[in-house]
Amino acid sequence: MGGGLKDARILVDALRDPTRTAALEPEGWTALIACARAEQLVGTLAERVAGLPMPPRAAELLEAARRSADTGRTAALWEAACAARALAPAGLTPILLKGTAYVAAGLKAGVGRSIGDLDILVPRDRIDQAEQALLGAGWEWVKPDPYDDEYYRRWMHELPPLIHRERDRMIDVHHTVLPLTARITPDAAAMIADAEPVGGGLAVLAPADMICHAVAHLFADGDLAGGLRNLWDIRCLIDEFGTDGLAARAARHGLGRELARAVRLADALYGSGTDLTLVDRWYVRRLLARDGWGRATRPVTRLAFYIRSHWLRMPPLMLARHLLTKWRKGGPGPG
Amino acid sequence: MRHAHHLRIGPVGFRIGSDWRAPIDAVADLYRDYPAPADGVADYTVRLFAARPWRRWMRPAITLGGDYLLPDAVPMPLAWGVLAAEMAMNLQLALGERRYLLLHASSVERDGRAVLMTGVSGAGKSTLAALLMTRGWRLMGDEFALLDPESGAVHAFPRLISLKNESVGVVQAAVPDARFGPLLTGTPKGDLRHLVPDARAIAMAAAPATPAVLLFPSFGYAAAERPVPPSEAFVRLTQASTNYTALGERGFDALTRLVQRVPARAIDYPDTATAVAQVEAAWAAA
Repeated sequence: MGGGLKDARILVDALRDPTRTAALEPEGWTALIACARAEQLVGTLAERVAGLPMPPRAAELLEAARRSADTGRTAALWEAACAARALAPAGLTPILLKGTAYVAAGLKAGVGRSIGDLDILVPRDRIDQAEQALLGAGWEWVKPDPYDDEYYRRWMHELPPLIHRERDRMIDVHHTVLPLTARITPDAAAMIADAEPVGGGLAVLAPADMICHAVAHLFADGDLAGGLRNLWDIRCLIDEFGTDGLAARAARHGLGRELARAVRLADALYGSGTDLTLVDRWYVRRLLARDGWGRATRPVTRLAFYIRSHWLRMPPLMLARHLLTKWRKGGPGPG
Repeated sequence: MRHAHHLRIGPVGFRIGSDWRAPIDAVADLYRDYPAPADGVADYTVRLFAARPWRRWMRPAITLGGDYLLPDAVPMPLAWGVLAAEMAMNLQLALGERRYLLLHASSVERDGRAVLMTGVSGAGKSTLAALLMTRGWRLMGDEFALLDPESGAVHAFPRLISLKNESVGVVQAAVPDARFGPLLTGTPKGDLRHLVPDARAIAMAAAPATPAVLLFPSFGYAAAERPVPPSEAFVRLTQASTNYTALGERGFDALTRLVQRVPARAIDYPDTATAVAQVEAAWAAA
């Protein structure tokens, strides 16, 4: 296998069945590692293939990735502890989301995972208190743009991002799961009510809600950037928690269709395989749009998912106004 | 990608891909004596590409890419292909390296003992390293010294030496027969020319050395010297390291050990002859 691999199948195959890497030539390892880095999955890959025969240099790079994920885990837990300390005087127990939640709860999904920002969930009626407590403890606004700030506050499911002035780490304070303008409206209050403490003044979502949140994050929000990692999270969570009561819970959150799709795609890419619908195949095409040089490929598919992400997020007229404002400011397009 | 070259600088292997032939040819020529990546596996991938397909031919501009990148990289003219490749390789180390603590320093070695020279851009790191190379020192690198947290040794990273503005003429006069890349004018750092390290630097690139003395040179002042206490050296090196924070406790341990074991001196110099004498004296005294 050379470096000119057309899509991220090489990465998905290695995660699903690590022994398949035995067939890789050195160029194949270079491609695999480049692809895994681009998809933020190199720490996960390193954990999966640890101990298997491979070129010594590949082992060295992956060991460094493992160690780096370990350092990242310590930093993420420290950041969560700092947030808990800042919010405790206001009587708030932050509910950890995504990567930090997985490592705090000691879940398989957290093993080797790269963790960026700290994501927490607090009740919507307490959001102002949470904001004040964080501002008082050294967090500051990231977005100076008044349009962006106003946009977040009116329409989004989270506060505008805050960054800590000493530790340089971002925090996203969510008060619900999806943007307020989204067509799907998961029951955040139910999620908060059923959250489980993990010690240290912190909590995580109950298992089924954790899966639903990951599913919402993957399919109902965003353009599937980082989708392979999010789908890996879901695969690990389902593997660990099972599916008892999951469909009912997803239905309650309006995420039944998305959960079913996540299960099919996780089976197809990371499991023993399953039948896919035509639309599923389009998702797979997007998820695998990365070549052996780590390049983003399939620009038309990517653009389609980028447009879709906005379509899901807001009604048409609002979308038009938003894109016009962003375009005037020379704002972002699909990356 | 359409055109590619693989090479190893010190312990670090690179795979460089490009949409154009010219940058790859230039890199392959200047790095022709360098080995291939260890075990055939590149530590980092670098990409030189056209941000839009037509930019391959129409007013071609190189965008930098790779495993690790900074957002909003400004594209550069195709004629600066070597500079683009160098910047992209540096960026991989600066952002992605987790085995070694990266010190933004030039280094030279004699008898297995290394001098590390760090300072702001314009302090003369590259110029001094290049001149010391012509005086019997083994060049370890003009940009990064790779500190091994476990052993405390520094590993070499003898990439092409990046000479800027006046130092181009100074070094050309000192080594007229050395191999140089094309003179690039009007870059963000002014006029720039790459110098290929000598055969010894390339042959010994895999050999680490023990740090012997840490210098903080400043160009443009009357000759002066003062010892730098470990506390100050520590703080200055945290600022001169691109991955100190990312290494966490390992980075802290590596750096405290370095500043406690290795003497540090600040040297002010008015001209390169003075600086070379100061460096050699500091190494001999350490």
